[in-house]
Amino acid sequence: MIEYWEMLKESFLSLKLNKMRTGLAMLGIIIGIGSVIGLISIGESSKKSVTSRIESLGSNLVTVSPGSQRSGMVRGNNTVKTLTLADADALEKAGLSAISLVSPEYSSRYQVVAGDANTNTSIYGVKAAYSTVHNLKISRGRFITDSDYDSNSHVAVIGPDSVEELFGSSDYDCLGETIRINSLNFTIVGITVAKGTSGMGSSDSAIYIPLSAGLKQLFGVSHLSSLSIQAVNSDVIIQAQNQVGYFLLARHKITEAANADFYIRSSEEMLETISSVTGTFTALLSGVAAISLIVGGIGIMNIMLVTVTERTREIGLRKALGAKKNTIITQFLTESIILTFGGGIIGIILGIGLSYGYSVFNSSVFTISFSSVMLAFLVSVGIGILFGWYPARKAASLQPIEALRYE
Amino acid sequence: MSKSKPIIVVKNLSKVYKTDLLETIALNNVSFQIDQGEFVAIMGPSGSGKSTLMHILGALDKPTSGQYILDSKDVSHLSEDELADIRNRKIGFVFQAFNLLPRTSTLKNVMLPMAYAGIPKEEREATAKKFLNMVGLGDRLHHTSNQISGGQQQRVAIARSLVLNPALILADEPTGNIATSQADEIMAIFEKLNDDGHTIVMITHEPDIAEHAKRIIFIRDGKIVKDSPNHHRRSASIKKEVLAHD
Repeated sequence: MIEYWEMLKESFLSLKLNKMRTGLAMLGIIIGIGSVIGLISIGESSKKSVTSRIESLGSNLVTVSPGSQRSGMVRGNNTVKTLTLADADALEKAGLSAISLVSPEYSSRYQVVAGDANTNTSIYGVKAAYSTVHNLKISRGRFITDSDYDSNSHVAVIGPDSVEELFGSSDYDCLGETIRINSLNFTIVGITVAKGTSGMGSSDSAIYIPLSAGLKQLFGVSHLSSLSIQAVNSDVIIQAQNQVGYFLLARHKITEAANADFYIRSSEEMLETISSVTGTFTALLSGVAAISLIVGGIGIMNIMLVTVTERTREIGLRKALGAKKNTIITQFLTESIILTFGGGIIGIILGIGLSYGYSVFNSSVFTISFSSVMLAFLVSVGIGILFGWYPARKAASLQPIEALRYE
Repeated sequence: MSKSKPIIVVKNLSKVYKTDLLETIALNNVSFQIDQGEFVAIMGPSGSGKSTLMHILGALDKPTSGQYILDSKDVSHLSEDELADIRNRKIGFVFQAFNLLPRTSTLKNVMLPMAYAGIPKEEREATAKKFLNMVGLGDRLHHTSNQISGGQQQRVAIARSLVLNPALILADEPTGNIATSQADEIMAIFEKLNDDGHTIVMITHEPDIAEHAKRIIFIRDGKIVKDSPNHHRRSASIKKEVLAHD
């Protein structure tokens, strides 16, 4: 048996003799592997960025929002007044077994002024429980406390993006500075840690004030925009949802769950919904890409069949000089595997480039899953063997006399 | 002759080609023996069965019936891979159309049979160089087959046939594709090889070429019609000293 290294070298040489054909044969595999890798990575990275955004909102989180379930999420904010502070207090006192913390919240956008600078941002009226429920960390100072709430203090905890807007730099130590929100003065007592999320609803630009002061003096309302509840652990989230739901139904004297004037969802639910949607899309797109991979494989088979026909005389000579069946099969399989493996590598690079481009364009997380790259390697080699097998068999079963005579 | 060892023993050899309608008898009950050191020309008109005989002697095809013993081994009913091994180690082929690998150096071409025999690369290279020197192409090691003349290509093929020290050199119309001036060189090499003890069987339809052999077998309609020593043996006009000795 001829040594494998030499076989490899010979195969490279014979592929090099027909650069155009080799390139075209590889193109199908390049496009196939490239699109599979690219689409899987793009799917993964968009899933990851959505997941991290949801997780940053808090873990084991159950959110109660005012309004009816049927009207869905698209709805003017703060217009439904069915959820009140009294609901939150009652819920807290009820001591439901699956619930550890209750955080009543009201938020609205205001113009905020500090000296000459001003910015438009979300103001959250919160209680001390908010930071735990929403996984919010403090980098300097402290968060809103129970005594701030009880005494109606005009204190504020501010996000790093707003610090930058109002004081020029996010590193500025603004503890003790005064900001004006709608003509009311608030003293800054804490700065939150950047979560790195951007866009609407980002906590990095939010400003938190005690809910008591907010409702009475700033917002001028008596209802809540949402009620965040932390479940005891992730196993009892459904239970927590049910307990809260039945408790509020009873409190609001509603008998039919379908007529509820609030709706409840958990962060897990949102995660599941979103990942199932992105998963479906990724699977669909990968399916299309896989079809192009099969078409690429058929292209390889076609080229290899042409090659075998063209080299009939050479095969006959090799057999006459002592090449065994397996030697010929190995030789042609090596060529087709080089084609698909080479195409696979270029395709992987193309796919990584594609998803990198996507992540830069969309400023989302750039991820390459190691498993999909490994899979692409295996698939490309597999295609080489699968579609190279028939031509290689055909070459090996040529009769030496017929092959030597072939013109 | 009785002292020499028989290289080829053919007993009652027949080859029949069957199609749906037709049965063609290419070889009809042929028997003969060729001993070590002989130089035999097999002659006959086209369609006589000499090509079929050459294919069977070269282990490229199997007989329909009868026995073929090559170098004391019965090769009549071996498997395809076993036949490949026999061709590799026992037979040195020289074809009419040279059959060198295109775009491949003469050195690599001569090394090829040794690769299939599993010989290490250094040894292959050294042996190939030795035989290319012997046929006078020591300065053409890295030329490809399209860069050298027909006569030179056939000399490469002869070097290739010798590298595994075969029991039999089988030449199929070795001068058929070569200019007459160069044909003499090729025949001189064969004579020299025969002088050195190699057994040579040459298929040809040219009487001029056949007359270089020591024995001539005539075939017609699948049967041997004449098998006799060649009394008018011709020697290549070219001086054999042009061939380098190893």
